[in-house]
Amino acid sequence: MDTTGTLFLPPQNSTIASEVDFLWDFIYWASAAFFVILGVAIIYFLIRYRRRRQGELTSGKSHNVPLEIAWTVIPTILIFFVFVWGFQGYLKMQIAPGDAMEVKVTGQKWFWSFQYEEGASTVNELVVPVDQPVKLLMSSTDVIHSFFVPNFRVKMDVLPNRYTHLWFEATSTGEYDLLCTEYCGTGHSEMIGTVRVLGEREFTEWLEQAGGMGEGMTPAEFGEQLYTSKACNTCHSLDGSKVVGPSFLNLYNKEQMLTTGQAVVADENYLRESILNPQAKLVAGYDPVMPSYQGVLKDQQVDALIAFIKSLQEQ
Amino acid sequence: MSNAAATAAVPSYLQEPKGIKSWLLTVDHKRIGIMYLAAIMFFFFVGGALAVILRTELFRPEQILMDADTYNQFFTLHGAIMIFLFIIPSIPAALGNFILPLMLGAKDVAFPRLNLASWYVYVFGAIFCVASIVLGAVDTGWTFYTPYSTTTSTSVISMTLGVFILGFSSIFTGLNFIVTIHKLRMPGMTWFKMPLMVWGLYATAIIQVLATPVLAITLVLLIMERVLGVGIFDPAMGGDPVLYQHFFWFYSHPAVYIMILPGMGIISEVIACFSHRKIFGYKPIAYSSLGIAFVSFMVWGHHMFTSGQSEIAAMIFSFLTFFVGIPSGIKVFNWVTTMYKGSISLETPMVYAVMFLFLFMIGGFTGIMLGALALDVHLHDTYFVVAHFHYVMMGGTVMAFLAGIHYWWPKMFGRLYSERWAKVTALVIFVGFNMTFFSQFILGAQGMPRRYYSYLDQYQPLHGFSSVGAWVLGIGFVIMAVYLTASFFNGRKAGPNPWGALTYEWETLTPPPQHNFLKDVVLTHGPYDYDKVTVVGDFYDKSPTDKQHMAGKV
Ligand code: HEC
Ligand SMILES: [Cu+2]
Repeated sequence: MDTTGTLFLPPQNSTIASEVDFLWDFIYWASAAFFVILGVAIIYFLIRYRRRRQGELTSGKSHNVPLEIAWTVIPTILIFFVFVWGFQGYLKMQIAPGDAMEVKVTGQKWFWSFQYEEGASTVNELVVPVDQPVKLLMSSTDVIHSFFVPNFRVKMDVLPNRYTHLWFEATSTGEYDLLCTEYCGTGHSEMIGTVRVLGEREFTEWLEQAGGMGEGMTPAEFGEQLYTSKACNTCHSLDGSKVVGPSFLNLYNKEQMLTTGQAVVADENYLRESILNPQAKLVAGYDPVMPSYQGVLKDQQVDALIAFIKSLQEQ
Repeated sequence: MSNAAATAAVPSYLQEPKGIKSWLLTVDHKRIGIMYLAAIMFFFFVGGALAVILRTELFRPEQILMDADTYNQFFTLHGAIMIFLFIIPSIPAALGNFILPLMLGAKDVAFPRLNLASWYVYVFGAIFCVASIVLGAVDTGWTFYTPYSTTTSTSVISMTLGVFILGFSSIFTGLNFIVTIHKLRMPGMTWFKMPLMVWGLYATAIIQVLATPVLAITLVLLIMERVLGVGIFDPAMGGDPVLYQHFFWFYSHPAVYIMILPGMGIISEVIACFSHRKIFGYKPIAYSSLGIAFVSFMVWGHHMFTSGQSEIAAMIFSFLTFFVGIPSGIKVFNWVTTMYKGSISLETPMVYAVMFLFLFMIGGFTGIMLGALALDVHLHDTYFVVAHFHYVMMGGTVMAFLAGIHYWWPKMFGRLYSERWAKVTALVIFVGFNMTFFSQFILGAQGMPRRYYSYLDQYQPLHGFSSVGAWVLGIGFVIMAVYLTASFFNGRKAGPNPWGALTYEWETLTPPPQHNFLKDVVLTHGPYDYDKVTVVGDFYDKSPTDKQHMAGKV
C-alpha cells in the first residue's frame, strides 16, 4: 500500500486503489516502452536517412508481412490484458459487500449532504469508519453532479432522477478531498467537501454526538454550530457583507425588498420559510440559488438557526 | 513540371475573375476552400485568445480576471468555437476543399453550388453562435448536458441552433466529397492509386453524412425541451437526462474521427513526400481509416462509464474502444517505417509531422488508460481527460493541419514563407504545447477536476506552469500569423512543385489556374512511386541558404 503518492497518483487510501494503480503502472510502462522504441526510431531515421543528394530513387519496399503481423498482434494481446483487468476492477467497484454501512448522499447546487441511518446528518463532510465498507446511495435534487474522492480512486455521477451508488473501504484514518466532477454551474468548483475517516471507536462516538440536538447548548449556540456544519457560511456572512446571499447581521426584523417589489419584515415565520422554501420569497438583488433545507434540517435545528440569526443584532 | 514558363501567361485562380463579387459568388472549390480557411482561422484565433485568458485566470486559484460565471461562459465558448467552428471544418472544408479535386485531377468538386451553399450555411450557423454571446453567453460547456442546459438562464437556444445549422454545412461537404471521389478521379486513378489524404477525406465524409443528423435531432430535442417543455430529458417530467448523453455522444464520438482522420491523411502525404519514399503499408493505412470510421460509431458509451449505465454496456464499450486504438497504432508504425531508408528532408511540414507523431502517440497511450474501465473511473472528468484530448485534437489534428498549411501554402498562394521563422515557431509551439498540457496529465491523475473556476491550493504549482505554457503557445501562434501574412504579401515566388512530391496537385501551375489544369491529366505514376520517379523540388535549388537545406543542415 502506497500512502505517499507518486508523481502522477495521489496516495492510496482505499482497498481498490492499489488495483487501479496496478493498471496505471502496467499501461504506463508498456506505453513508455513503445514510446521510446518509436521515438528513438524516428530520431535515428531522421539522422541516418537525411537527404544527402537530390533526386535519388529510394527503396520501393512497402510490405513486410512478419513485421506487420507483429505490430498488430503484440499490441492486441497487451490491450486484451488491459481490457480484462480494467473490467475486473470495475466489477469490484460496482458490487458492494453485503455488510456495507449505508449513507444517503444528496448532491445539490453547490454542496453535499449526508444522512446516516442512525439519524445524524452532515453537510460537506462525510464521516466514515476505517476498514469498513461504506456504501453510498446517491441522488441529486437539481442537475447532475459527480462524487469523486481521488485518494480512494472512486467516482460516480449523482443524478436527479434515480439513485446511483458507490462503495469504498478506507484503509487509513485522515481527511481526504471530496470533489464534484460533473459541471454544475456557478459554484461547481466550490462544491468541495471532505471525507473524514475515523477509527472505529471515534466513529461510534461521533455518530452519537452528531445525531444529538445540541444538548448542553443554548439554541443560539447550537444554531451557530449549524451555521457552519450545514454550510450556511458558504453563502451568508455575519459581518454585513454580501456574499452569494444576504448577510445575517441585523437581518431579524429588517424590512426586506422582494423581487416582486413587495416589502416583507424578516420575522420568525419569514426566516423559517426562507430556510425551508427559499424560492417562495426571493430577496431582490440575489439569484435564486439557495437550496431548500426541507428534509435536511429538523424542526429543532431550524429553530436553533433562527435563534442564532436573532442573536446577531448590532445596536 | 516544366510549365514554369506558362505561369506568367495564364492567370491564377486568385487573379481571375476579379472583384469581391466574383469571390462571394464563386463556385470554384479553391476559392471556397480559401474562404473557409479565412473563416476558420479567424475562429481559431478567437478560440485561442479565450484559451489564453482562461489559463491566465487559472494561474492562481483566486479571482484574477473574471468571476465564476464569466469563466464558465468563456470555457463553453472556447470549446464550442474550437470544436464546431474550427476543428470540424478545418481540414475537410478548408484544406480538403482546396486540395481534393486537384489531387484527383478534377476541375472541381461534384456539386460546386452545394459547396458554396455549405460555406454560407457555415457562416449563417456561426452568426447564431456569435449571437448567443451577445444575448447572454452560454455556460453549459460545449456538451450541453441536460438537465443543466434546460435549466440555466443563458441563451442555450441560439447556440444549439447555431450548431444545428453548422451540422448541415458539414453534411453538404461530406456528401460532395463522397460523390467527387467516386465520380471525378482522373483516368487511371483506381481506388488504390488514390493519395491517402483522399482516403482520409472519404472516411471522414462517410461519418459526416451518417452521424451529423443524429446531432441535429438531439439538438432539436433539446430546443423543444426548453421551448415546449416536452420532457424527454427532464427528470421532473419523467424524462431521462442520461438519454441526452447517449444521443450526444453518438454523434460526438464519431466526430472525434471527423477531426482526426483527415489529419492522418495529411500526415501520410507529408511523411511520404519529405521522406521521398514509397509509403509503407498503403492498404493497411487506407483500410484502417475505414475501420476506424466504422468502429467509431459503436464506442460512444466510453464517455459515460460513471454516468450510471449497466456493467455489460460498460464492458462492451470498453472492448470496442480498444478496437479503435489498434488501427491508429498500426498507422503510426507504418508512418515511422516509411521513413526507414528514405531520403528525408526536414522542412517545416515534416517538422510538424514529426511533432504530430510524438504528440499523437502520447494522446493514444493516454487514450488506452481512459479506455480501461477501472482506471477511467478515477480519471474521468479530470484534467487528465482535458490533457488527453488536447494531445489528440491539438497535438494531433492541429499539428497535422499546420503541416498541411505549410505543405500546401505555396500551392495556395504561390509564395514561400520564411523557413527559418517557421521552424523557430514550430519549436516554440512544441515547447509551449507540452508545458501547457503535459502538466495537466499530472494534475488530472492527482484528482484535479475539469471545468473548475478555482481549485485547491495543492494544484497551484502545476496550474501555474500550465498557464505559462499557454502564453508560450500563444506567442508561437502570433509569430506564425506574422510570417504567414508577410509571405502572403511579399514571400518569395514558389514554383509548381517545391517539395518534389508526386501527387497530382503539384503537376499544375502555382497557384493553379481557375480550372485547375491546363489540359486533362491522366495518371502516369502512383502517388508514392518514389522508387521509380524522382523530381527535385524547386524549393531546393534557389538561393544559397536553401542549398544548406539540401544538405540537411538547418
Ligand atoms: C448556495 C448558497 C446558499 C446557502 C448554502 C444558503 N443560502 Fe440562504 N440564501 C441564499 C440566497 C442567494 C438568498 C437570497 C435569495 C432568496 O431569498 O432566496 C438566501 C436567503 C436566505 C434567507 C432570507 C434572507 C433575507 O435577507 O431575507 C435566510 C433566512 C437564509 N437564506 C438562511 C439560510 C440558512 C439558515 C442556511 C443554512 C442552513 C442558508 N441560508 C444556506 C443562498 C444560500
Ligand atoms: Cu456539482
